Amino acid sequence: MPVKPMAIETTDSSVKSRFDSVVEVLATANEPKTGDELAGIAAESDAKRVAAKRVLAGMRLETLRENPVVPYEEDEVTRVIQDGVREPIYDELKDWTVADLREFLVDSATGEREIAAIRPGLTSEMIAAVTKLMSNLDLVLATSKMEVTARCNTTVGESGTLSFRLQPNDPADDVENMVSAIREGLAYGVGDAVIGVNPVADSVETTTRILEATHEFIDDWDVPTQNCCLAHVTTQMDAMRQGAPADLVFQSLAGTEAGNDEFGVDVDLLDEAYDLARRRCTSSGPNVMYFETGQGAELSGDAHHGVDQLTLEARCYGLAKQYDPFLVNTVVGFIGPEYLYDGQQVIRAGLEDVFMGQLHGLSMGIDACYTNHIQADQNDIENLAVLLAAAGTNYFITVPMGDDVMLNYQSNSYHDAGALWELFDLEPAPAFRDWLAEMGLWHNGRLTDRAGDPTIFA
Amino acid sequence: MTPDSNANATDPTDDRTDAETLRRVADRTPTRLDVGRAGPRPPTDALLEFREDHGLARDAVFSRVDDSLVDDLDLVTLRTRVADADQYLARPDLGRELAEESITRLHEECSETPGVQIVVSDGLSSTAVETSVPELLPVLKDGLAERDIDVGTPVFVEFGRVDVMDVIGEELAADCCVILIGERPGLRTAESLSAYFVYGPERGGPTAEKSVVSNIHDSGLPPVEAGAELVDLLANVLEQEASGIDLREDDREFETES
Repeated sequence: MPVKPMAIETTDSSVKSRFDSVVEVLATANEPKTGDELAGIAAESDAKRVAAKRVLAGMRLETLRENPVVPYEEDEVTRVIQDGVREPIYDELKDWTVADLREFLVDSATGEREIAAIRPGLTSEMIAAVTKLMSNLDLVLATSKMEVTARCNTTVGESGTLSFRLQPNDPADDVENMVSAIREGLAYGVGDAVIGVNPVADSVETTTRILEATHEFIDDWDVPTQNCCLAHVTTQMDAMRQGAPADLVFQSLAGTEAGNDEFGVDVDLLDEAYDLARRRCTSSGPNVMYFETGQGAELSGDAHHGVDQLTLEARCYGLAKQYDPFLVNTVVGFIGPEYLYDGQQVIRAGLEDVFMGQLHGLSMGIDACYTNHIQADQNDIENLAVLLAAAGTNYFITVPMGDDVMLNYQSNSYHDAGALWELFDLEPAPAFRDWLAEMGLWHNGRLTDRAGDPTIFA
Repeated sequence: MTPDSNANATDPTDDRTDAETLRRVADRTPTRLDVGRAGPRPPTDALLEFREDHGLARDAVFSRVDDSLVDDLDLVTLRTRVADADQYLARPDLGRELAEESITRLHEECSETPGVQIVVSDGLSSTAVETSVPELLPVLKDGLAERDIDVGTPVFVEFGRVDVMDVIGEELAADCCVILIGERPGLRTAESLSAYFVYGPERGGPTAEKSVVSNIHDSGLPPVEAGAELVDLLANVLEQEASGIDLREDDREFETES
């Protein structure tokens, strides 16, 4: 497929000849990630990495728009992103360099209002590009300016709030055990983002059983939240058509058409799921979709087209945006050390992903997590949680004592919620906070002494 | 319910009932429930127990199988193209290829065209290999021998991934290849072993044509039972001349006809 010839613009003529394409500049400019090394596209040296960042800094946004990393004709994700651009706003921005965009985002005069004004003119490639120029503190600072709210039964993302997904997974899909983990989580004040279960068995029967049990618990105790069973989207759709009570419809996304094919989805199917969700979800909405993503998924499915994992991650958000989701989170440390090697790479990727999601206008959260074969531990994800609470992420995933015995990995603990609220003077989503107060679990902006006692829900 | 200062001053009898209920709940689930808290943080015991389990899991990943065990089991040692533990984690592609000198060694020390070529590899848990393979391997070898299946010369591969069995099986022209390999540890057990097997092993063979018996450890599928189960499964693979998704389709047809 012919691609328009690209003029690489930089004031440094010595680097002009060193890069052949926008894809190569983007890949080389990425912070170190084992996944890019595995794909054979990472910078050979730190000097080369910085040279690519310099080229990128001088690149105009128009160059990125006109050189999508996978051609328009070949990839429906590219088409969704390109067709979604609001042209008059893009026209205002197209002469900006990537460095201009970075300096705009970190400018003290720039807030959510100013960022909201340029959002519709940005493509995922532009957002990926600016991310590559930003330091970790740049990412935290710029993310903290953005306030993206979304509403299902509750509203998440409001200023001064920090929400949590309660993840009560069980290795045998034992619903009674799930309900026990829900009781305990609610007693710690988590669960306002969603009570979301990953089933072991991807079947309509299991999905229905989980949706019914969580829905019943939420109803019985009048909990202001939403339920979700994270089976494949087609399984959830079948369950809902048979009357299963789902507040949200979930799917994992990739940043290329081929990657989504590996996940068994395409844009037509997602359109159908969105349509069904708006008609059949038991929640009030309007935001009724939930997506998970994570750097490296495309390479792992051999669907990366030679593009770096950060840029492909940005494209997941470009696709997600189409469906006005209530929640989107990266599952940042789950994929393994061949994509994100250690705590440093996981923390960097987590900051990048939440920033990119929010800059796309998504209600963005994170599963700050790690597996046991990666060079990271609970301290690393607690560090990441502190950074992202400071950045104002909308929510975190929490599991009992940080240990998910079904997915065999570790994430944030129920306990981390209270510590983060205390540190940053934050609160759960307002309706949920009021409910916690009614249950005697929240008082004067803090968890009460009764917090953590699941017998409250006996 | 109000958050007044008397909220905790409940009847001690109720407390006991609550404690029993909580223990029952915690006992029936593998999840870490009812751990309590210190301020917003976990109590010290729960925190250290968690760190201990993670430490065991990491030790299983980052330590290697003892050479003396490999000698005791009479396995020929081979190496992949991986240089060290760090590279093993970052480059799964190198763990699927044998080092040049190991290919030479394979042909020098192992008999060609076995019915079932047995491969043992540390994978992501050396602990799994050390605890389960000494029990499992004799059951597997003896069981196959009783059925007149040639097991050739079993080998041990350092820093191996599952697909390294394709290379070994192809080089030796084995009818079938089985690899006993350590699984990625969870916090509950670091000792879980898996056995993958394939009919007609060849480089680049699709994953879907492989079969697996997983969760082999003392509190899952015990190693001796796993060995016996594998003998039956491998004999069936040789008889059907298929594994993985191909075998399942055959089985389905068989069930429909009967």
